[in-house]
Parts: sequence; C-alpha cells; structure tokens
Amino acid sequence: MDKSLKKYFPLFVLPTLAAFLIAFFIPFLMGLYLSFTEFTTVSNAKWVGLSNYYKAFSSNRDFLNALWFTIRFTIVSVITINVLAFALAMLLTRDIRGTNLFRTIFFMPNLIGGIVLGYIWQLIINGVLMNFGVDITFSAKYGFWGLVVLMNWQMIGYMMIIYIAGIQNIPGELTEAAAIDGASPFQTLCNVTIPMVAPSTTICTFLTLTNSFKLFDQNLALTAGAPGRESAMLALDIYNTFYGRIGYEGVGQAKAVIFFLMVAVIAFTQLYLTRSKEVEH
Amino acid sequence: MFKRKKWTQEILFIFLVLLSIAFLAPIFIVLYNSFKGQFYISNDPFAFPNAQTFSGLKNYFNGVEKIRFFQAFGYSLFITVFSVAAIILFTSMTAWYLVRVKNWFTNLLYYLFVFSMIVPFQMVMFTMSKTINDLRLDNPVGLIVIYLGFGSGLSVFMFSGFIKSIPLEIEEAAVIDGSSPIQTFFRIVFPILQPTAITVAILNAMWIWNDYLLPYLAIGNKYRTIPVAVQYLQGGYGSRDMGALMAMLILAIIPIVIFYLFCQKYIIRGVVAGAVKG
Repeated sequence: MDKSLKKYFPLFVLPTLAAFLIAFFIPFLMGLYLSFTEFTTVSNAKWVGLSNYYKAFSSNRDFLNALWFTIRFTIVSVITINVLAFALAMLLTRDIRGTNLFRTIFFMPNLIGGIVLGYIWQLIINGVLMNFGVDITFSAKYGFWGLVVLMNWQMIGYMMIIYIAGIQNIPGELTEAAAIDGASPFQTLCNVTIPMVAPSTTICTFLTLTNSFKLFDQNLALTAGAPGRESAMLALDIYNTFYGRIGYEGVGQAKAVIFFLMVAVIAFTQLYLTRSKEVEH
Repeated sequence: MFKRKKWTQEILFIFLVLLSIAFLAPIFIVLYNSFKGQFYISNDPFAFPNAQTFSGLKNYFNGVEKIRFFQAFGYSLFITVFSVAAIILFTSMTAWYLVRVKNWFTNLLYYLFVFSMIVPFQMVMFTMSKTINDLRLDNPVGLIVIYLGFGSGLSVFMFSGFIKSIPLEIEEAAVIDGSSPIQTFFRIVFPILQPTAITVAILNAMWIWNDYLLPYLAIGNKYRTIPVAVQYLQGGYGSRDMGALMAMLILAIIPIVIFYLFCQKYIIRGVVAGAVKG
C-alpha cells in the first residue's frame, strides 16, 4: 500500500502543496523577513534590524491604543457572549414548544458576513444615539459598546448550539440523583450542569476569544476606527499602518508579527488546556 | 405542582418569542428602511415608511446599478463554488496521502498545514497580495488557487482526523483485488469521507462567501464580490446613498437566508463539528 501510493505524490499532494506555498508559506516567510526591513515594494527591502518593532510602539500611540481596545473588547465580549449563550441553551433544553424554531432564529446572524453586520448595526446604533444628539463616531465608547452588541448578536446563537450539545450529553441520572438528594435548581446548576459542560465552555471560550481578538470586518464597517483611530482594533490598525502611510510598510509587518505571536499564544494555551483535560479522563 | 410547571413553561415561551423578535428586529428595520427615500433614513431610522417617505423599489434599482450587484453576486458564487470544490477534492486527496504514507516529510507537511491554521490573515496580507500580483493570479480563477492554499490547513486537518479512524483493512482488500491508489481513493475512501466533506464544505463556504479583505486586496479593483461591493458603496462618510446601502444589505442577506433554510441541518451540524475539532 505504502509503496505503491508513494509515487503518486505529484497527483495527491502537489496541487494542494503548490497552492499552500503560494498562498501561505512563502508569504509567511517573506513577511517574517520583511518585518526586519524597510520597504515600499518587496524588492527594495533594506535590513534595519529591530527598528520596526521599536517604531510599532514608539512612532505613535495607535498600536498601544488598539491593543488596549482589543483586550478590553475581547474580555467583555467573551464574558457576555458565553453567559448569555449558556443561559439561552439552558432555556432551550427545557422542552418548551417551538425550541427548534428559536434555535434557527438565534443562530442565523452567525451566517451573515462582518461587513453587512457592521452596516446593519450602524443604522440601529445611530438611530438610538440620535436621541442624544450624537452618532457612533462621536466617541470610542460608543464604538466599543456597539461592537460588543454586534458581536453578541452574531455569536450567541453559535455558542448556544455548542452549549446545547454539551447539556444534552449530561446523563439524565445525574440531574435526577441531584433532585432526589433535595438539591435546589440553583445547586444543580452550579454543582452538576456547569461542571459537566466544562468541555463546551473551553471550546466556546476560545472560539469567542480568537474571533473577538482577530475582529476586522465588523470593526471596519461599524466605525472604521472613528473618531480618529480611537476605536480601531489590532487588525484594523495593522491594515491602516500598511496602506495608510507610505514608508511604514515594515512597521505594519512588524505589528503583524507581534499580532501573530499573540494569537499563537492563545492557540497554544487552548491546545495545552484541552490536552491536559483529555489526560484526566 | 404540575400547574405551576406549566405556567413557567408558558412564561418562558412568551419570553423566547419576544427575544426572537428582538433578534430579528435589526434585519426587519433595515428591510423597511430599504423602501424609504434615501434622505428619510438617517433622520428617523425606526419610523415605518409612509406616503411621503415611501420610495418603492427605487433604492434597489439604484443600488444594483451603482455596485453592479448581480455581477458581484456572480463573482461571489463562482469563487465560492469552485474554491470549495477544489478544497474538497485536493485536500482530501492530500490528507489521505499524508495519513497513509508515513515518513518524516509527510509528517513535516502535516504539521505545516496545522500550523497555518493559527496564523492570522494580517500576517501574510501584504506579502500575499504581492505574490498574487507577481504570479498574475489577480482574477477570479487565480483566487481559487489562493483559497485552496489558505483554506488547506483546516481542511487537511479535518480530513486527516477522520481518515485515521478508517480501518486500513477496507483499503487493503481493494489493493489485493488489484485496485490502483487512484481507484482505491475515489471508489472506496472518498465516499466514506462524505460527512467530513460536508462539514469542510460548509465551513469553507461560509468563510469564502463572507470574506472581505482577501478579495478586496487581491482582485478588488477589477472584480468586486458582494462584501467588497457593499463596502464600496460606503464611499466618503457623508456622501453615501443610505437608501442604496439598505437595499444592498437586504440583497446580500437574502441568498444566505435561503441557503440556511434549505441546508440548516447540515450547517448547524457542520459548524459544531468544526468548532469541536478546530
């Protein structure tokens, strides 16, 4: 098997591998290298060492602002989305009629693209803020909470589905035993349901975490960073650095490398946590 | 006891109905605003159209003309369908090869594919658009190659996970019967992969259909997909046509809703499977 298959490498692997090299691997290595150079087009790159990394933080406060905005946004949306999605999942596993229809409705926003979502919510939020004589570009505060609402609307249904799967996997005997022992519904929730859905919680936390941290389309459509660049998140700031300022392409690439390292840390933490849990079982 | 339980169920039911209405409200508001004259929208977005503000389908005609919506729809459909098809075909073949032929090289490739999953697009954004221009891939067909490459990480990973669980005996029996690797793959392995193929197809279709930045950077000035076209309508902040924007948002949502209603079961199953593995 092994031997006869081996010579089919050009047919089975080469098309994917070629596309992978063109679309991902070569740009990735070039990106790493260019983050240490000054360039406007790739061909005129000049080695400048760590200067881009230094400039990323020192040339202006945009990157640090974006980092801080992203961290706050990620924390708030991870908590709100997971709490609300779990609460909805609890409601929808109680044999209420129409459960399937509700599930369908709550999940739907997840399929709509970020650009379209951003403009839908821009209309709604500006409509509400109009009563106070301002709009969403008035302060980064509005952009922040606008993004939180948008992200909740988009992701609650998705996370709810994963929590529902987790809740349905809890053996019925466990909750029955708790009821016989005289546990109140609240005690059952804290001591049976929540510990038993821990795997779902891990998945949902990391899905919301990475999606919030890497958010771009929604940010671009809803506020495009306004006012100024105060409501720009990391991905948008990197984009602005690349395409908004000639001579700063290297700085943009250095910011992108830092961004990549942060995402990688999140991913490896998740891998570590899920692996260590698997060992316990 | 039973009566009380029934009552709470009723109250929760009413609560869920209200919540569903609140969930759908944003889309509904955009929908009725799309029938108002463009200057009546920002003034009072929550008011229903009335005799004075109602403008019929004018926004739709305007918007379709401005962003050439149906052309954008065509590009989006073409790119999504053929990229997904290419991803399914090529990454399943690659995954099978990488699982069945074990050596240091296939191992290395596997880990490279997995590694690419954690790299955010911004990391390769600039250099990838350069490569696309240099290789003349800046057209819808070229974009399929790019999506195959950028989507291969997750897809190879998911197919490999499933292939590892297929007992080797099935394939060995075919080999003994004189079947070549190509026959073995397409007659025996590929049909078994169907559930994973549906999941991979749905995850990639959702990503590619809604993707904005990649098509914008790669082919945006010549070929606009739907998200790029919608963003293009934005123009300068003050000068945009709100009516056309509302109408185009609705046209952008309609295909997704139709697709969702028809394939709901697969979509929900697919994203859950994708979440658990990714």
